[in-house]
Amino acid sequence: MAELFHRKIERTAIGFVLAIIAAASVGGIVEIAPLFTIHQTVEDAPDMRLYTPLELAGRDIYVREGCYACHSQMIRTLRDEVERYGPYSLAVESKYDHPMLWGSKRTGPDLARVGDKYSDLWQVAHLTNPRSVVPESNMPSYAFLARTPLQTDDLRLRLAAQRDVGVPYTDDMIRNAAQDAYGQATPDSDYASGVTQRYGEATQVRAFDGVTTELTEMDALVAYLQILGRLTDAAYKHTAAPQKPPEPVK
Amino acid sequence: MIKQLTSSERQGAAVLLGLLAAIGVLMAALGRTGPFGIHGLIVILFALALLFPVLSTFYEPEPDPERLTYYYDDPIKAGIVLTMAWAVFGMFMGVWVAAQLAWPNLAFDAAWSTFGRLRPTHTTGVIFGFGGNALISTSLYVVQRTSRARLAGQLSPWFVLMGYNLFCILAVTGYFMGVTQSKEYAEPEWYADLWLVIVWVSYFILYIRTLARRKEPHIYVANWYYMAFILVVAVLHIVNNIAVPISWGSAKSYTVWAGVQDAMVQWWYGHNAVAFFLTSGFLGMLYYFLPVRAQRPIFSYRLSILSFWGITFFYMWVGSHHLHYTALPHWVQNLGMTFSVMLLVPSWASAGNALLTLNGAWHRVRDDATLRFMMVAAVFYGLSTFEGSFLAIRPVNALSHYTDWTVAHVHAGVLGWVALITFGSIYTLVPSLWKRERMYSPVLVEVHFWLAIAGTLVYVFAMWNSGIIQGLMWRTYTADGTLAYSFVDSLVAMYPYYIARTFGGFLFLLGTLVGCYNIWMTVRAAPATAGRRLDVPEPDGAGMAPSPAE
Repeated sequence: MAELFHRKIERTAIGFVLAIIAAASVGGIVEIAPLFTIHQTVEDAPDMRLYTPLELAGRDIYVREGCYACHSQMIRTLRDEVERYGPYSLAVESKYDHPMLWGSKRTGPDLARVGDKYSDLWQVAHLTNPRSVVPESNMPSYAFLARTPLQTDDLRLRLAAQRDVGVPYTDDMIRNAAQDAYGQATPDSDYASGVTQRYGEATQVRAFDGVTTELTEMDALVAYLQILGRLTDAAYKHTAAPQKPPEPVK
Repeated sequence: MIKQLTSSERQGAAVLLGLLAAIGVLMAALGRTGPFGIHGLIVILFALALLFPVLSTFYEPEPDPERLTYYYDDPIKAGIVLTMAWAVFGMFMGVWVAAQLAWPNLAFDAAWSTFGRLRPTHTTGVIFGFGGNALISTSLYVVQRTSRARLAGQLSPWFVLMGYNLFCILAVTGYFMGVTQSKEYAEPEWYADLWLVIVWVSYFILYIRTLARRKEPHIYVANWYYMAFILVVAVLHIVNNIAVPISWGSAKSYTVWAGVQDAMVQWWYGHNAVAFFLTSGFLGMLYYFLPVRAQRPIFSYRLSILSFWGITFFYMWVGSHHLHYTALPHWVQNLGMTFSVMLLVPSWASAGNALLTLNGAWHRVRDDATLRFMMVAAVFYGLSTFEGSFLAIRPVNALSHYTDWTVAHVHAGVLGWVALITFGSIYTLVPSLWKRERMYSPVLVEVHFWLAIAGTLVYVFAMWNSGIIQGLMWRTYTADGTLAYSFVDSLVAMYPYYIARTFGGFLFLLGTLVGCYNIWMTVRAAPATAGRRLDVPEPDGAGMAPSPAE
């Protein structure tokens, strides 16, 4: 009987096409659609803050260089991971991440909570030549980041596109994106105060690559790395994490 | 190559290429010196390169109407050449990135050659370049033979093939410049993605129109798989790649999906790229070329039905097994795990159906390396689908995830299954396409076979070892309850295996190069078949034979 039915279906191309679409649609609809409707999927975190323009630029560099191919940003709910990397990751921590960078492979360690773990100086030295601080490392050298000026003229467009996909950047933030990027890495400039005013007092404003005269891609990437895991303290409050949030580095 | 095009088709090709060049000019103007502008330039060069052969034959007389009584194989020949070219490129990049993990200075301190930028050139090069071209070429070959009908149109197959390769070129050149969405196996940016949608829709229309011309009442099982491949890849591609570009003159875009939903959409896509690109499509290949080469009918029609619908239905549920123990809700993880385990049934039904088809032809498996390629492919398909179901079980995944065990699993699948079935099919296809008695050198097919097997085994065993060791080291505790190893300890333990895997990959690449030489010499120098007219479509108006079931 079943075979007879199939003999009919396989005689019509359009019928077969429709049957394939029907069979293949179910799984995705059942698993994906509820993720948007079930409220508990993403926790509430009132203290969650946005990436500053400089951090977003750094994140885009992280994407551009394919860092996610070797570094995850997702601490699993396993004892050894929590003890090695910190409290397990919550969904809310990546709620503004377009795209998410959870990763799938750890050729290097997880970076979900690397923010404030090492000094800026260490991060710059490590990115410039990883083997100067970790002799056994097989990470590529990213010395060119410190030589490359950060492109800031399209940061407005980037923030605006982020708002289009749902990140609540204000008009003020978008308008001042380029100045804020400059100000965040140049603490003595007139633009520095606007950054904390728009993004909160906890925003780290300093010369991330150690050089105040020029805004480089190194500034942006280090600023991003130093904020990883620090957008909200929800993971420290709502999980049975043994650790306290790290003190901000200077 | 394009001498069968009619003059109106040549005009159509010239117009299309002119339009493409105009798009390239627009992109170059909008993007200026940024990556988008450079991609505009690449589009212009691509269009001009293709315009040259079209215009140089533009005023040739109309082709012989006799051609319509044959299958249309010219684009398939080009597709096979492109398949092998991408194989060499993609596998070379694979060996290079593998070597970089053992010797990081092989990036030569440049930006474009760092591991993060090269890795997607390897994955895209082999999956989409090598695999995709193999699927397009073989599907167009198989749909004609199993329908006993010539391809519907002569221009659209060229459009599909060349358009698809333009997509691959934009993808790979983009990665060198740092153009990527970061979505694994969906890295190309918005404009390349849009272009692929156009190409893919044309591919579907071409396929379905050719099927509509079929002289057989029933659609053969290989075509079920090819159709599932075309249809579902379209759905996956579109949903996963919805993005907002930051401007019309920039390569950069942001995906509309965020965080946990993005992770689920990405792995729903990612795992079904494995399912419908690397499994369904290649099962289509297996269901045609294995019985042809073994000269045996498929063992069981019922098993074919069971495995086809099982794969098409179950696979779409399993993506969440990439997200065990993450911030993805538990119920989705559970569904992914459950369906992954159930998936073993249709997977093994396919592998078993393939192997049982060889009953009565095992002496051919022994003597014929081409058939042996396909037999071993079916075995690896069975092994890696078993491993896949096993790794999807949550506690197993706790150990294996984030380690090289996943890499071992993927490569058991793509080297052992996908690449071997492709080489087996190509060695069957090439003599048929170029009307040769046989491959230039059966000995070289044998050499390729053993290089491929040795390479696969060295690679997979190295990665199994490194993955399991790394997973165990991460979770080892000392007697006083602290973690026993630092992350760097586990990295140091990997180095011998990284060297071994580079060697395994090198052997596999070497086999591919031997295959390229053999194919080249077959086209140039193998003895031609005597002028028999066996491999031809049924003439139009011959009518459909009544089905035995009716």
